[in-house]
Amino acid sequence: MERAYLGIDVGSISTKGVVINDSNNILAEKYLWTEGNPIQAVKNLLNELKTQLNDNIKVKAVGTTGSARKLVGTILNAQAIKNEITAHAIGTTSLYPYVKTILEIGGQDSKIIIMDDGIVVDYAMNTLCAAGTGSFLSSQAKRLGIEVDEFGTYALKSSSPTKIAARCTVFAESDLVHKAQIGHKKEDIVAGLCKAVVNNYLNNVGKGKKIRVPIVFQGGVSKNIGVTKAFEESIGEKVIVDEHGHLMGCLGIAILARDSKCEQDFDFNIKDMKFETKGYECEKCSNNCEIIKVYRNEELIDYWGNKCDNGAQ
Amino acid sequence: MSVEYKISFPHMGNYYIPIATFVKNTLNAKICLPPKITKKTLELGTKHSPDFVCVPFKYNLGNYIEALENGANVLIQAGGGCRFGYYSEVQEEILRNLGYNFKFFNITSRTFKPLLYYKMFKEINPMLTIKNFLYSFYLIYKQIAVLDKFEDYIRENIGFQINDGDFKRLEKKFHDELITIEKIKDLKSISIKYTKLLKEVPINKPNDCLRVGIVGEIYVLMEPFSSCFLEEELAKKGIEVKRYINISYLLFSKEHKKTNTLKLAKPYLQYNIGADGVDSVAHSKVLAKKGFDGIIHIKPFGCTPEINCMPILEKISEDYKIPILYFSFDSQTSETGVKTRLEAFHDMLLMRKEKNKKWKELT
Repeated sequence: MERAYLGIDVGSISTKGVVINDSNNILAEKYLWTEGNPIQAVKNLLNELKTQLNDNIKVKAVGTTGSARKLVGTILNAQAIKNEITAHAIGTTSLYPYVKTILEIGGQDSKIIIMDDGIVVDYAMNTLCAAGTGSFLSSQAKRLGIEVDEFGTYALKSSSPTKIAARCTVFAESDLVHKAQIGHKKEDIVAGLCKAVVNNYLNNVGKGKKIRVPIVFQGGVSKNIGVTKAFEESIGEKVIVDEHGHLMGCLGIAILARDSKCEQDFDFNIKDMKFETKGYECEKCSNNCEIIKVYRNEELIDYWGNKCDNGAQ
Repeated sequence: MSVEYKISFPHMGNYYIPIATFVKNTLNAKICLPPKITKKTLELGTKHSPDFVCVPFKYNLGNYIEALENGANVLIQAGGGCRFGYYSEVQEEILRNLGYNFKFFNITSRTFKPLLYYKMFKEINPMLTIKNFLYSFYLIYKQIAVLDKFEDYIRENIGFQINDGDFKRLEKKFHDELITIEKIKDLKSISIKYTKLLKEVPINKPNDCLRVGIVGEIYVLMEPFSSCFLEEELAKKGIEVKRYINISYLLFSKEHKKTNTLKLAKPYLQYNIGADGVDSVAHSKVLAKKGFDGIIHIKPFGCTPEINCMPILEKISEDYKIPILYFSFDSQTSETGVKTRLEAFHDMLLMRKEKNKKWKELT
């Protein structure tokens, strides 16, 4: 029997999962779309992971991260439920122990993590605005009629990127339409967008942070070679993109689950159970907290969202 | 025929207690406290405020509307050295346009002149004597000091209480008694009683616990609802919280004088940067020097004085190797986002501490 650990990262756009063993080797991995239904996404994910594992492997601990970490963690009875910043830092250092800067752009958030000697010493995350994140790029790709996976290679064709005002997603879109209407070429616009994403990131999230090498770029947007190139041009240093860059979060949380030393045999059949969530406004005081209740096979297993005891069940 | 006055004022933390006591002891009028701040307050305030105004304006306006709906007819507002200075005129105008009928008093904290207030208060209560006014003034000053001292102790220890809810229950009792006082004598006995009770609450506080200082704009610092209960969240993680800004500090302390804070903020600042920006810089430096594990800087979205001080805080963070986390609060702030960032901040502080410990053992 081989001991293994499951890490799941449920983000706004995609759901990622890995199974690792005691020496951090990836035994199974999967990346799929969340499509607004984290529970179904995780069930599909478990199904896929299970087929990749042989019967000899026993999952001993589970960790969850990403924006749906609490919901999914509750359902899977996870040993570790952690935020994505910590998970990414741990995951990345397991592959790049000397990393100093982690640039991460995901579906709806972007962050910068500054590391020193394998620990996080500073970080920042976008707060008020999501301009320049993955969902922005994918909606612009749609508008231009390009598949999001081809976006990067398209950008590389350009020799003179168009300047796009990307401070705000909505205005960026009007600027982009405007530039297209006055005759800028599509590849120039695409390259301009990649540049704009990078400038926006460095001016907001990266503001005041010392970016030192080695630099690792990850998150869904790191698959876009146009953005990676734009980063290298802007920073003037080499930017490493790992082929597993999209899995760093779940890798990190799998490691944290293993290090938690709380072990419990994990049963993949959980994917066949019925999970339901019910959301409602409490209405017991004027806070009107939005309370979420989670049911497993019609039995209430947890609830959250209440600010005061009035909303306690 | 005279109208019966029902006086109201905006909420900020627990300061409704001294203000209510003061009004009761001087004005011989009824107090109409606005309901506690809830999401509804903020929604009401946001609906009738300019969208880009700083968030305390929206909370205040929401408080006024809820109070007026409950029958208040006299409203009090203060003012300060930033956009806060325009609050009262604009809010009065908005409320009048909404069709409410009320008297509006503006007490500006930058020109702190008790005698001027005496004239104002006399307008409402002609029977008010100068002696009574000054006595009440002294009483509120002492009362605020007692309240702030109580809260400081809680902030430092609530994260370590052994029985959940002990401090909260005691605080509630304390507030209920504090609001009833009329004489200095009453205040003294309450102060002694509750200082003792506070010390009796069982806590389990390690010597090397994580310590975090909070600096920033005064309203979001003092009204917990507006910062998504940041201090409570930190306490839940077992962190000692230090905050210099409170009303005692702002109105009565000598340290708050600009010359003093500027001296503390050296060499980072030579000039005033507006409102309480200098305090944020000075306190961050003090916290860094005292070896705190981290600093959290909070402000309403668009708060210019606090934006001014942020690049300087980054310098302090670099010089003293102390991490600083920044938050901007608005009517649109997502609580989940705040929690995620706090969680990551906590993890980071723990990892740093662990590493420093190992380093010390090695050397």
